[in-house]
Amino acid sequence: MGAPFTPKVVAFCCHYCAYSAADLAGSMRMEYTTNVRIVRVMCTGRVDTVHLLKAIKDGADAVFVAGCEEGDCHFIEGNLRAKRRVEQAKALLEEVGIEGERVEMFNISASDAQLFAAACNQMTERARRLGPNPLRKGKVE
Amino acid sequence: MNLREALKNGKFAVTAEVGPPKGIDVSEFLENAELLKGRVDAVNVTDQQSAVMRLGSLAGCHLLKEKGIEPVFQMTCRDRNRIALQSDLLNAYVLGFENVLCLTGDYVTLGDHPQAKPVFDLDSVSLLQAARELEQGRDLAGKELKGAPQFFLGACVTPGADPVELQLIKMEKKVKAGAQFFQTQAIYEPKKFEAFMREANKFGVPVLVGIVLIRSAAMARFMNKKVAGIYVPDELINEMDKAENKAQKSIEIAARLISEMRSMCQGAHIMAIGLESRVPAVLDAAGL
Amino acid sequence: MIVCERKPFEEIKEKVQDCKKLLILGCGTCASVCMAGGEKEVELLATQLRIANQLMGKDAEIEEATVQRQCDSEYVEPIVEKASKYDAILSMACGAGVQFVANMVEPIPVIPALNTCFIGVTEDEGTWTERCRACGNCLLADYGGICPITMCPKSLVNGPCGGSKNGKCETSNERDCAWVLIYNRLKKQGKLDNMRNMSTTLKDYSTQTHPARRIHEAYLKAEMDEAQ
Repeated sequence: MGAPFTPKVVAFCCHYCAYSAADLAGSMRMEYTTNVRIVRVMCTGRVDTVHLLKAIKDGADAVFVAGCEEGDCHFIEGNLRAKRRVEQAKALLEEVGIEGERVEMFNISASDAQLFAAACNQMTERARRLGPNPLRKGKVE
Repeated sequence: MNLREALKNGKFAVTAEVGPPKGIDVSEFLENAELLKGRVDAVNVTDQQSAVMRLGSLAGCHLLKEKGIEPVFQMTCRDRNRIALQSDLLNAYVLGFENVLCLTGDYVTLGDHPQAKPVFDLDSVSLLQAARELEQGRDLAGKELKGAPQFFLGACVTPGADPVELQLIKMEKKVKAGAQFFQTQAIYEPKKFEAFMREANKFGVPVLVGIVLIRSAAMARFMNKKVAGIYVPDELINEMDKAENKAQKSIEIAARLISEMRSMCQGAHIMAIGLESRVPAVLDAAGL
Repeated sequence: MIVCERKPFEEIKEKVQDCKKLLILGCGTCASVCMAGGEKEVELLATQLRIANQLMGKDAEIEEATVQRQCDSEYVEPIVEKASKYDAILSMACGAGVQFVANMVEPIPVIPALNTCFIGVTEDEGTWTERCRACGNCLLADYGGICPITMCPKSLVNGPCGGSKNGKCETSNERDCAWVLIYNRLKKQGKLDNMRNMSTTLKDYSTQTHPARRIHEAYLKAEMDEAQ
């Protein structure tokens, strides 16, 4: 495991569901890890495989994509596309020797603040377990 | 009397098969053939059966002929192009055998050299045609031959195939291409065979019904699962299961099937697959 | 279209390991459609190589470009001038494109990033299947529109073979027997007699002699005049 550090986690959240859940978690004053940077997209279908790779390349220790529940995507199947792209990103990362686990897909409904918090905690924990991203520039704190 | 004459005279002909060794030690091969000598009208020598590299049918047939056994030269189209196949037909004739069984052949991935390049320049139908052309004194390129061979051409058919209409269309094609006798894939359901023969008889070409000696219930189940066109019904599998003396039961079943289907066709082709020693007993039990 | 797949990353990485300056060149036609070598795939591969270089502490410049296709000189022309500034070009086109570019930018090495697999169709999103083996004498009219040269592993013209079992091929029970498919199709068309036709029992393989060349009729005379 190595020296403790603060993982940098990036979360691509869709406006209609996951982002709302994140918002709700905030207004409910839920406690969860504070190191997650949220990128709001209208739909997770907007997220391309290359965004996930670049996030890792630029130093994120973990990345997750959070979209609506399957079947409930506001744009019908954007979350299904995102799911495939997360799979692809995992495979491409493994190919270059970086753990595919650093990328993950979640389906979170707008009211499920709990699940959003859990996702943040889960990915942070995972990043801690895997250790800092070997591509991270600068000092790891 | 050779196979051609036997069938012409209306005798219920019997053929069997032996497989050459993977190597040059032909002792077992010859022992198996010896067991069949005098009891069958001809013995097939398989050609790289199941795409497994072995001593060839040409050499195998030559060895049988030396022992006074009439061979059936099996040819598949998997390993040789039309040039080599026509050449091998001439080779066969010059070495003194006339019976040729023309087969397409199993695919390379089924055997022990899966990386080999499959040929299939010809198939069973076009190989029959090629042999027929040679008999007429010319090759597939239309060139005249210095001396024309004569063959007794055979082919295979699968009575248990589904759809059976497709099988019959192919059978007719083989007859038109020159097939003069057929050996069938093993069939264990006399009723099905009867229905098949009702149609097949229209082609006017002798058919030798195929029998594979069932070694055990497990073997029957394996064939059902893995071998195309073979179906061993549950009753027979149960019979094998319950039998105390498996060897005796396998002989009994084979003989019984031959007897039941005897009137429907012109002969039997027994594939012992290692159990050549039982063939005489099968023939005894079937009254042949 | 020509269906390709990207080579394993390790293989590509090994072939470009000595390059300090690399151009990854995508193809906007077949390779894009089969999601193997289009603009997106160029960006993904470039990112992977940059990550790999970073991990190895290797300093290399990777540039990206995609052209409409790599088998027509008008589309490759713009690349030719700047080709000399690279140590190599990693082409994400099919084998034809790789060779064509290699010819045009000679002696700059052009390395294939894809394996060219077959001529095929999009059966489903993300799934492509082979349909044609470019035999050079198409007899699809005789077979009800199903090609036995391609769909039968043995390329039989007088099928089926004895290995056909329950409509499946002896090579795999995931694979349909092409000749059962042809039989069913011809039956639906009322053309089952095609199967009884004895004039098409031999396949002419001379049309598959390679490398092949075809000149359009309109250009034939000019070509002959030039040859004189």
